[in-house]
Parts: sequence; C-alpha cells; structure tokens
Amino acid sequence: MTIHLSLVHFLFVSAVLFSLGVYAVLTRRNAIMVLMGIELILNSANINFIAFGHYGALSIDGQMAAIFVIILAACEAAVALAIVLNIFQQFNTVNVDDVDALRD
Amino acid sequence: MSILTDLTTTDIVFYVFAVVVILSAAVVVFSKNIIHSAFSLMFTFFGVAGLYVLLNADFIAVTQVLVYVGGILVLLLFGVMLTTRVVDIDTKAGTLHAIPASILAALLVGTLCGVFWITDWVTPAPKSAAPASTASTIGQMLMTTYLLPFEVASVVLLVAMIGAAMIARREKKRT
Repeated sequence: MTIHLSLVHFLFVSAVLFSLGVYAVLTRRNAIMVLMGIELILNSANINFIAFGHYGALSIDGQMAAIFVIILAACEAAVALAIVLNIFQQFNTVNVDDVDALRD
Repeated sequence: MSILTDLTTTDIVFYVFAVVVILSAAVVVFSKNIIHSAFSLMFTFFGVAGLYVLLNADFIAVTQVLVYVGGILVLLLFGVMLTTRVVDIDTKAGTLHAIPASILAALLVGTLCGVFWITDWVTPAPKSAAPASTASTIGQMLMTTYLLPFEVASVVLLVAMIGAAMIARREKKRT
C-alpha cells in the first residue's frame, strides 16, 4: 500500500464510515440516532460513488448518482422526522423498542 | 522519516479529512449524549465535503454542505429538541446489543477493507487536466442524459414535503 493517495484510501474511509453507521442503526434506541446512522451510511455510499467516478471510468456519472443520493437523503430525513414527531405525540417516547403497538 | 517527507500536500489534506471524518463519526455513534452526536455529525459532513473536494467534485461538496449541514442537520436538531427533554437529563440515549453489534460491525469493516485491498482495481490514468468546475457539466447532464431522473426527483421532493407536513401536523381533536 502506497502512502500516496489512491482509490483504496477513499474506499477504506467509506468502509469505516459504513460500519459505524450500521453500528449506530443496530444499537441505538433513540429513533433520531438511528436516522443519524442512516445518514452516515448514505455518506459512505456517496464517497464510493465519487471516488469511483474520479479514479475509474465512471467520470461525471458518479457525481450524478451522488446528487440523486443526496436528494433522496433529504426526502428520507424529512419524512422520517415527521414520523418520529408523530410517534412522540402518540407514545411520548422515541425509543424504537417501546413503540410496539399497532393500534391503541 | 523519509516516508513522511514524501507526502504531498494533497496526501496530508486527505489524511486530515479522513481522521476528522472517522473520529467525528465515532463520536456520533458512541456518544451517550444525543446533542453531542448531532453536533459531531456536522464535522462528519464537513469532512466528507472536504473529501469530495479532493476528488474534484466541487459542486457535490457545496451541495453536501448546503443540503446536509444546512438542511438535514438542522432538521435532525429540531427533531432532537422536540422529542427529548433537553432541560432534564433525558438527552441520554441508551444502547442495546452492543457486543453482537460491535462484532458485526468489525466483521463488516474487516470484510469490506479486505475486499477493497485484494481487488485489483483497474484505474485508468487520472485525467491530467481536470475541468475547472464540474457545475456546468452537471447542469448540462441534468438537462440531457438525466432529465427523467431529475424530474422524478423533483416530484419525489414535492411528495416528501407534502407528506412530511401532513404526517407531522398535530391532529385536530375530533369531537
């Protein structure tokens, strides 16, 4: 492994970011923390897209994919937070374990 | 020491950004206080934007800062403030299944890094003269090759906005 910048360096960063996000999604009980984990995962995917675009043959198409990922991340965050707020009004908690009733 | 003196400025900048991204993401994941997590997430987003700049993706870097730091992070902070009792000690957010999840995450990062390491990546010679700005190219491609996904994305944004407003609205008391 050379110390100089290459594709693998960016892939390593995104792999670490991805597994940190997966860890957050798996372990945190607060729904907003789960959302933050999802944002980390989406960011790691974006790093991969753009790194392959820069070093590989994907060129500008990688950046286009990253733009659409960012758009969908914004949609997801808005809708998910609306759902979380609604859950909070209904159950008075945002712990994902405590929300286990389908009807009242 | 000869290895360290061999570093170019770009390499040093990359390592700085990589350390910022990974450390702040670790704070996001492991911090007990959800407010600390939310603020640490800001540094992660800025660090990722820096990595994009290193990859010649200046437009994406600016978009990242605008959308993530200016939009999603503020939204997350609103969510935190509205759903946790900040004045109490209830901003603590517990964890569960920490040991199996850490084993799984370690396996995941090991597998991914191993695969990335042993794969023989075919990287064509990097473009010698990168375009000065990717913004105009991206704009042209949005209006030509990616016109349909672009329009669909705009509809998705509209639907998400209306849906989020509908869901989050406090329901009127039925008589």
